[in-house]
Amino acid sequence: MKVLVTIKRVIDYHVKIRVKADESAVELNNVKMAANPFCEIALEEAVRMKEAGWVSEIIAVSIGPVVAQEQLRTALALGADRALLISTEQTAISTEQTASSTDQTIEPLNVAKILAKLVEREQPQLVLLGKQSIDTDNNQVGQMLAGLLNWPQATFASQLTLEGELLTVTREIDGGLQTLACTLPAVVTTDLRLNQPRYASLPNIMKAKQKPLEILPISELAVVLKQHSQQLKVMAPAKRKAGIKVKDAAELVDKLKHDAKVIP
Amino acid sequence: MTCLLIAEHDNTQLNPATLHALTAAIELGGEIDLLIMGDQCQAVAKAAAKFAVRTVLVADSSNYQHQLAEPCAALIASLAKNYLHIVAAATTTGKNLLPRVAALLDVGMVSEVLAIEYPDTFRRPIYAGNAIATVQALDDIKLLTVRTSAFSSADAGEHSADIQQLAAIEYSTRSHFVSEQLSQSARPELTAARVVISGGRGLGSKENFALLAQLADKLNAAIGATRAAVDAGFAANDMQVGQTGKIVAPELYIAVGLSGAIQHLAGMKESKVIVAINKDADAAIFEVADYGLVADLFEVLPELEKLL
Repeated sequence: MKVLVTIKRVIDYHVKIRVKADESAVELNNVKMAANPFCEIALEEAVRMKEAGWVSEIIAVSIGPVVAQEQLRTALALGADRALLISTEQTAISTEQTASSTDQTIEPLNVAKILAKLVEREQPQLVLLGKQSIDTDNNQVGQMLAGLLNWPQATFASQLTLEGELLTVTREIDGGLQTLACTLPAVVTTDLRLNQPRYASLPNIMKAKQKPLEILPISELAVVLKQHSQQLKVMAPAKRKAGIKVKDAAELVDKLKHDAKVIP
Repeated sequence: MTCLLIAEHDNTQLNPATLHALTAAIELGGEIDLLIMGDQCQAVAKAAAKFAVRTVLVADSSNYQHQLAEPCAALIASLAKNYLHIVAAATTTGKNLLPRVAALLDVGMVSEVLAIEYPDTFRRPIYAGNAIATVQALDDIKLLTVRTSAFSSADAGEHSADIQQLAAIEYSTRSHFVSEQLSQSARPELTAARVVISGGRGLGSKENFALLAQLADKLNAAIGATRAAVDAGFAANDMQVGQTGKIVAPELYIAVGLSGAIQHLAGMKESKVIVAINKDADAAIFEVADYGLVADLFEVLPELEKLL
């Protein structure tokens, strides 16, 4: 079966975020970018499913600027068979108001609509996505895609097994684990504990250069996108007041009891 | 202006997260209908009717026993046209459900609302709380999940809201509940705990990491870990606090033997009071700590345990 995996280009999770002085957005210029960690987990799972003989083809998809090819090349080096970049750069020109931050402002429902269109085109049996991207933190796309397609959904997956057409998914829920079974096709979003992504080997990085990577402008997909929200402002969070140093455990306990009043 | 609040429950009791979401719904300023989807959940409806809501809507059917996203989203979408807002707590249940509703209604959604500025304008964290975005929702129906730690819990009053039974809507799903394993730990759940004690690589080994347990028992605290401690095998994966782990905001966060990497800070810096214990006086964790103790954790932990 075919699996579609999404790969989003985001600021590397080790980088300290800076909000622009005009409070319009987070600074993305000259900042180290990487694949969203939850997307890496989704890809790793697809690769493992292929190694287990469940999957015949892995298609990695990114919706973003042309430079997101870097993340797709990495996905190819890690085991994706081909890659598809839905380029958002044309929209940057047509809507100048959001030009500076276009790739961050493709809203989740629009991403889901683009993916639904690709599902129609590629006919995968499974779409694997990270549970959320670590830039916008929306945690919406997988669920929305499942809704648009009227497919079953399993979010926050920490374990996946496939027997024939039956997919069994263990989900991380508040306070424990839940196991669902759904028949394919389905949408699954991945949580942290599903697997530990591998590193790309040099020979695989070289081989990835030969694998197909198609770039398709959004405009060619004939999908109707609508604006559902407007980001008015981005602020730095309130700074914590400088704390104090205590000299020993006794003083610490005293402060917690009498000043902070957080312990009885 | 009316709001549909989605209740979370286990068919017996209302989940406290819903009461935090109710406070957010009250702030929106309109009348509130509370929707309970469940199986043999009339006790939940009775309890919910004591809160300041107009109507408690109850869809009682085996379809909704485990509140799976597919049948629940279909039901909510069928009710949506009567409402300006649809609100749920940003729990794993709310996050699983509401985006699917949004797609069925062809509207956007605002996740993890921290503050309501206007009925259509909200503040929410991005980059794991390292930036706060102000977002205006433009659709006719506004869907929100709210971060429970940002809104206080609504109190039950002397209200007695009408309870109205809804018919289940026909829905065939290809998704089925198999089982559930709720953790039986005596410790509170990490994201809901009032006190969290987290350890880092400074603890040195899995055996040493266990030292945190005794202190945690005294404070009824949950135990967290940094990614470095998890990667080193000192702690289980599900204990990870950080941008790619769990986001916590307890009243008291005690950081033990951890440096305060950006990734980790992103997951805990909304904590009300932060205590840092580290022998390296230059560790970044001291920059966010309310109380810093520069000392050897192996000496401090037993002392603290005695003093508490």
